[in-house]
Amino acid sequence: MKTRVSFTVNGDTIDTAIDVRATLLDVLREELRLTGTKKGCDHGQCGACTVLVDGKRTLSCLKFAASLEGCAVLTVEGIGKPDALHPLQAAFIKHDAFQCGFCTSGQIMSALEVIGDPLANTREAVREKMSGNLCRCGAYPNIVSAIMEVKSNGTV
Amino acid sequence: MEPFEFVRAAGIQDVLVAIRRPGSRILAGGTSLVDLMKLGVETPSTVVDINALPLSMISVEGDALTIGALASNSDVAVHPAIEQHAPAVGQALLSGASGQIRNAATVGGNLLQRTRCTYFRARDWPCNKREPGSGCAAIDGINMGHAVLGTSRSCIAVHPSDLAVALLAVDAYVHLASVAGERRIAIGEFYCQPGDIPSRETVIGPDELITKVEIPITNLNATSSYLKLRGRASYEFASASVATAILRDGDIVIDAAVAVGGLGTVPWRNRTAEKLLIGKQLTQESILAFCDALFAPASATPSNAYKLALARGAIHRTLRGGAEW
Ligand SMILES: Cc1cc2nc3c(=O)[nH]c(=O)nc-3n(C[C@H](O)[C@H](O)[C@H](O)COP(=O)(O)OP(=O)(O)OC[C@H]3O[C@@H](n4cnc5c(N)ncnc54)[C@H](O)[C@@H]3O)c2cc1C
Ligand code: SF4
Ligand code: FES
Ligand code: FES
Repeated sequence: MKTRVSFTVNGDTIDTAIDVRATLLDVLREELRLTGTKKGCDHGQCGACTVLVDGKRTLSCLKFAASLEGCAVLTVEGIGKPDALHPLQAAFIKHDAFQCGFCTSGQIMSALEVIGDPLANTREAVREKMSGNLCRCGAYPNIVSAIMEVKSNGTV
Repeated sequence: MEPFEFVRAAGIQDVLVAIRRPGSRILAGGTSLVDLMKLGVETPSTVVDINALPLSMISVEGDALTIGALASNSDVAVHPAIEQHAPAVGQALLSGASGQIRNAATVGGNLLQRTRCTYFRARDWPCNKREPGSGCAAIDGINMGHAVLGTSRSCIAVHPSDLAVALLAVDAYVHLASVAGERRIAIGEFYCQPGDIPSRETVIGPDELITKVEIPITNLNATSSYLKLRGRASYEFASASVATAILRDGDIVIDAAVAVGGLGTVPWRNRTAEKLLIGKQLTQESILAFCDALFAPASATPSNAYKLALARGAIHRTLRGGAEW
């Protein structure tokens, strides 16, 4: 079955009939070719597929796209450009906060919420708040450093 | 994934009518349902999206705190009224899942999330809960995460919700609506132990919607707290958890509520055992007597017996304010 749904992705309106079984992750990657958002586990366990939905970090693998009527989706493609990186993107580069890079878009989209979270005010608290984003390369200390720098300076 | 029909409900009446269709399932945050549909464990013929319903309020009404079924786990966790009147609820939510999942997860969905038993989640194993009569692969299988309380010969799956344990300690009510009307059920009577029918997990009917959860505002509930012990420091289900609320007159306990999680086939509480604490000081001796009574009906396997020691430790730690035992 297909159903009509309308939502925005990085400001662009998507208004289309989609297979009701499609997750937001699959629509982003397969239909819209926004492949910055990664599929790790496809079951809510790794965080690689994190995007913002109405400003809140969300796992796109556990959302039916059909359920996003009227929502605003922001993906890693929407936060910065190669010549104008988002401070978090710049900080991840500066702090070497990745190795293979597979988890990185998810880490950054998740960190977007954490930099504004008043409860995440120590390295330990940031680790706790970022625990939904696994990094199989183990870049955790550097990821936390990147986030801490943006939290304290608002920039890099 | 099996095909299904998708209904985007505009109002409560829409939902109540749509969920009367056999094989229908409500979709809230989707963090449990979508996962299980991908695994082929849930195969609804109709999915009823309730996200447009006005059920995300968190408010104080008279002497009760009311939380709408669609309030997100994140919003509830940090709401000032929750912190003031039922801190265990906020702490339990913050200890659960991850920031991303808590944003999407709703209160209603959290209460009705299915067990994380690996055999339940994998269709190639026998599982009485998923396929009644097929057997239970966990009883003689890998069961270090399984239940030690409320088990049966049919199923030993542990109830996964942290929220439900905290709600049990604060004597919350679940409000339900159907075309036939509304009703309210004490959370202590909401979950069913597996017995011979592990597929039946709650008393909620297939045509009922959870509309809200109600928490009485009491001095006891305001003292509540939640401690969760698990195999990782974060982003892990409980190995053992405890929600406690204690009112004291000087040193003497005058009211007590202790619910445990990660241990039972349902969130677990024993009011008779709690009476052993009333009129006593919280000493090693009184807490031991309480734990002995609470865990008297426990039945562990060689690989999950550690949970009982863990739970005793957690209870001591919370009741004695962190003191060693
Ligand atoms: C990786 C991972 C880790 C997790 N860790 C934890 C943890 O540590 N602790 C914990 O407690 N939980 C944990 N969870 C579970 C999570 O809390 C639940 O998936 C979530 O709360 C479910 O809410 P939802 O709104 O997404 O439910 P949905 O998936 O939308 O629905 C779940 C079920 O409830 C039904 N339902 C939903 N709303 C209603 C309603 N209003 N009325 C009637 N029926 C309804 C649905 O039909 C469905 O059967 C974890 C989940 C994942 C994926
Ligand atoms: S413990 Fe329950 S859920 Fe797990 S396999 Fe046995 S019957 Fe199924
Ligand atoms: S791909 Fe969504 S959490 Fe792993
Ligand atoms: S950089 Fe490789 S998984 Fe994180």
